[in-house]
Amino acid sequence: MNIAVLIKQVPDTEEVRMDPERGTMIRQGVGSIINPLDLNALEGALAFRRIRGGKVTVFSMGPLQAEEALREALALGADEGYLLTDSAFAGGDTWATAKVLAEACRKTGPYDLILGGEKATDGETGQVCPEVAVMLDIPFSTYVSFMELREEGVRIRRTVEEGGEWQFLPFPCLLTVLRNLNEPSLPTLAGKKRARRTSLPRYGREELELSEKETGLSGSPTRVVHIDYPSLTRETAFFGPGDTEKGLDLLMQKLRELALL
Amino acid sequence: MTTTENSILIYGEVRQGIIHRVTQELAGKGRELGDRKGGLPVEVLLLTDFLEDAPEKLFRAGADRIYLVEHPSCSQFNQEIAAKVTAALVEERKPEILLAPATTSGRTVLPAVAALLGTGLTADCTDLSIEEETGLLLQTRPAIGGNVMATIKTPEHRPQMATVRPRTFPLPPEEDRSGEIIRPALPRECFESRVIPEGVQMLEGEAGNIEDMEVLVSGGKGLRGSEGFELLQELAELLEGGVGASRQAVEAQWIGYPHQVGLSGKVVSPKLYLAAGISGAVQHLAGMQTAGYIVGINKDPEAPLFRVADLALCGDLYSILPRLLERIRKERGQ
Repeated sequence: MNIAVLIKQVPDTEEVRMDPERGTMIRQGVGSIINPLDLNALEGALAFRRIRGGKVTVFSMGPLQAEEALREALALGADEGYLLTDSAFAGGDTWATAKVLAEACRKTGPYDLILGGEKATDGETGQVCPEVAVMLDIPFSTYVSFMELREEGVRIRRTVEEGGEWQFLPFPCLLTVLRNLNEPSLPTLAGKKRARRTSLPRYGREELELSEKETGLSGSPTRVVHIDYPSLTRETAFFGPGDTEKGLDLLMQKLRELALL
Repeated sequence: MTTTENSILIYGEVRQGIIHRVTQELAGKGRELGDRKGGLPVEVLLLTDFLEDAPEKLFRAGADRIYLVEHPSCSQFNQEIAAKVTAALVEERKPEILLAPATTSGRTVLPAVAALLGTGLTADCTDLSIEEETGLLLQTRPAIGGNVMATIKTPEHRPQMATVRPRTFPLPPEEDRSGEIIRPALPRECFESRVIPEGVQMLEGEAGNIEDMEVLVSGGKGLRGSEGFELLQELAELLEGGVGASRQAVEAQWIGYPHQVGLSGKVVSPKLYLAAGISGAVQHLAGMQTAGYIVGINKDPEAPLFRVADLALCGDLYSILPRLLERIRKERGQ
């Protein structure tokens, strides 16, 4: 069974701190990690490989440093990895990113199953994976919190607002997963060694036979026209341990205002 | 690519035959945008197996036309069918703008529609407006955990597409308006799918749907155990709200994942958000900072959550919460 896992390198939000003066978040000097939900996707792929054998291939589009994320995925047990990197990919929106990932899957595949996290902690769009599926013309599902391997496909549960929805998707298909799918394992020493030895091919625009009009900023239907750095802080009415009753007076007043009492 | 300025289309949310209120919110916003563009008609697509609700309320919210698609294949959500139907309707109507709720269904169907049509899509917009000079849709959304607010447009591709979280826009005032209901003829192929639905399992009371709640009371590590959530549950019931949690509380298995608020859980925007024993990691703050009124209860006066709170109660939550419960009960004469 051939499984592809699409991963993204994101800033480690655990390390992000708030600027005490401006109330904005500080990203400088923050380390990078594999997007947490992508680790659940990888773990799901490894579990299926244990059952049915085959190969797990990881892909990441990003700058050269995204290679770290691929090495980590290899250390966790992936067999192969491809770094999709090219200055022509820079500034791409979800459509242009999906185009690159879809072409990489087409070129190195076919894959029975493609997995990814439901969304990344930085962009939070959750759009890239469904777009990849449509570009490859394979069925897809999202918000997957349980999956079970069947002979001809996979049975899944989507966790949605009002409960769970069960679906069966035939191979080949693409799924985006949630945190409660599984518990990602830790890299092993043997895995780390293998990760260092394994070469990671790099594919750029030419290797993927994409035109300039299809990639990066020029391939993106959307344009960012303006960026704001909003302050998160509010004017806080602070009540210490000796003033709890006064604080509760204010809270009760607010509850009345909001018509909650 | 077409530039025909025909309409603003809303992908409506229907759950078990009932029109979800976010559909009215979007119809209202669509009306406002349509008026800014010289009176573009607002159209709503409703896709269900059987509509048990009165769609006329969408006219009163601002819609001019409803495309009602009732088909047995839609008894359970099917992303493939929903995407094909929406794309087929877009091909026919050529709307200038397509909006959808940023719910699990909208966030699943719209990317597929965008890829089918080869156009752009902006997720989870918190503001939509029309650019004066160009008439283009300006889509504003938070990124990198609310660190950045990006304003995005789709200059050449059509439709301009965006998803919007429930409760981002207010329920529009009801106006005395009417419109037409059309049952579009769609190719049979639209209702064929490779995805096979295998049933639904509704949540039983427990988690509720925390994104839809007007009041959320959340607990974190400071609760020191699952018992703390019983107190929060009591408070939530009194205020007819839901219970949320920080990632640490979920990881400690004091409460289930559907309750998790934050970047790796749910992003919520209730009228009132009360956080007890949550210090306020950025990953949590990003999931609740747009709440109307934020109350923090924490024994650490330096807790980052206090910085984003309107009201900070510093002290032992096991002393403060019971006093709050007592006050509410007393006020209600219970």
